[in-house]
Amino acid sequence: MTPALELEGVSQHFGSLRALDGVSFSVAPGSRHAVIGPNGAGKSTLFALIAGARAATAGRVLVDGHDVTELPEHRRVQAGVVRTFQHSSLFLKCTALENVVLAAQRKAGLSWSMFRPLSRRTDLIEAAHELLERVDLLDRRAEDAGSLSHGERRQLEMAVALACRPRLLLLDEPAAGLSPRETGRLGQVVRELPHDVTVMLVEHDLDLVFDLADTVTVLHLGQHLVTGTPSEVRASDEVQTAYLGAGDSSDLFLEGAP
Amino acid sequence: MRRLGGVGLLLLLLALPWMINPYAISTVTRILVIGLLAISVNLLTGVTGLPTLGQSAYFGIGAYTGAIVSTTLTAVGPAQMLLAALAAGVAAAVTGPVAMRARGVSFLMITLAIGEIAYVAARRLDITHGTDGYAGIPPVVPLPGLPALRLDGLVYYYVLGGFLLVFGLVMLLLRSPFGLALRGLRDNESRLRAVGYPTSTFGVAIYCIAGAIAGVAGSLWTSTQQFVAPGDMGFSVAALALLAVVIGGLGSMWGSVVGAGLVVLTQDYIGGYLAGYGMLLLGVLFVLVVYLLPRGIAGLPLPRRVSA
Repeated sequence: MTPALELEGVSQHFGSLRALDGVSFSVAPGSRHAVIGPNGAGKSTLFALIAGARAATAGRVLVDGHDVTELPEHRRVQAGVVRTFQHSSLFLKCTALENVVLAAQRKAGLSWSMFRPLSRRTDLIEAAHELLERVDLLDRRAEDAGSLSHGERRQLEMAVALACRPRLLLLDEPAAGLSPRETGRLGQVVRELPHDVTVMLVEHDLDLVFDLADTVTVLHLGQHLVTGTPSEVRASDEVQTAYLGAGDSSDLFLEGAP
Repeated sequence: MRRLGGVGLLLLLLALPWMINPYAISTVTRILVIGLLAISVNLLTGVTGLPTLGQSAYFGIGAYTGAIVSTTLTAVGPAQMLLAALAAGVAAAVTGPVAMRARGVSFLMITLAIGEIAYVAARRLDITHGTDGYAGIPPVVPLPGLPALRLDGLVYYYVLGGFLLVFGLVMLLLRSPFGLALRGLRDNESRLRAVGYPTSTFGVAIYCIAGAIAGVAGSLWTSTQQFVAPGDMGFSVAALALLAVVIGGLGSMWGSVVGAGLVVLTQDYIGGYLAGYGMLLLGVLFVLVVYLLPRGIAGLPLPRRVSA
């Protein structure tokens, strides 16, 4: 089966700083694939390269077997590669509903339509309502995104991404700053995604990672350390060393920690 | 209630030639023309977040196109309007991609340069009759077969027709999916790219549309003045249009027209008593508006939203 995503020696150098250095791994279609690593490991840079927000210094990115390395960001979205941002990035002076519609109308091929009012595109607005319902924001739809709370913005961020009908969804720290209840809700939304959607997530909340992910990749200082099942990663000495340094033998992944 | 107000305003505009003297009506005509120019500036600056001082260039291109078409081709107004929109739109399509390489203040400076280049070109070229200005423009014919309009009141109706047509189209545009995309571009361009929009292409598209609208305004200007000079596309025209937009409120189209009214009236009537200090007065007006009405006359700067 063709992998949903293949990275072949992907690098991103900023001068002499190697934010990513020859990273190669692949992501199986339909998998829930987490990318973890200590701060500065290159996780966000990796997502930016996959989404096309940055051009790789070297290497190739293949989505569903097609080389997308040269495609600009908006074309990759058309190909189904959609990401959410580590720091909520929304249209703050548009309502929550408009934020979702903005993404949905592009996917529906209506973004160049100039004469028919949006309010008459009932199918588009109903689809947006449904997505807002899914992230628990339906009753907040008329609020400006700028007046939503942090947690609500994270949820809206998710709804906007889903409105793009992703085939490969990249979630950059979706649970950052969320309450346990909100995190639970987020996990549920991800679990409810159909399995033709491949999900990659960068996350510091390791409980969420091991709850959702079937595969885990560990990055360290811009290099690929290991890719494997959660239990393989837990057992890896390399990962232990990367996070805690050599000689520290305390347990990195506490089972059942709060 | 809102609809009732609109109908009342329309009736007032239609009755105006019977209510005020010809000089006053020609002033209202000029307010409508500058109002259209301000709307084109507002589409870029208020709605899309691209501050511009270059719309005078497309206004001038429309004005000269109107002049050339009326003297060499036809006195029929709508044909002049259409060709002026086309010429200005094409000029915007050539220059827009250059301006869209930048954003913010850099975008502003590039559009300023475009305006200055157009002004200098109008002074130098033969086709525009250089600094002499383009004279000998026949009175406009509103539709084929109708007599030419020689009275100020009738020219006013012609301009009002063109104005309402463009205003209506702009209102439709703002409520459409494309209009929402423009607001998205203003709010957060990188996010818009990340949901799949080629944002620069959208920027160039609205730049062309705004250019065409400025071109229509230019052609209406030619029809009312029957004379075009390089000064009609100078920096002061661009600055006054931007001033009208700020006074009226960024993003509000009717606010821009009211702002244009204030600017034109201040310059024409009050400025006359102040012996050439009209511009100074506009400067004071600008400072007052920025301090007292940060969101302009419209107060609520955003165009119509999607209803829930």
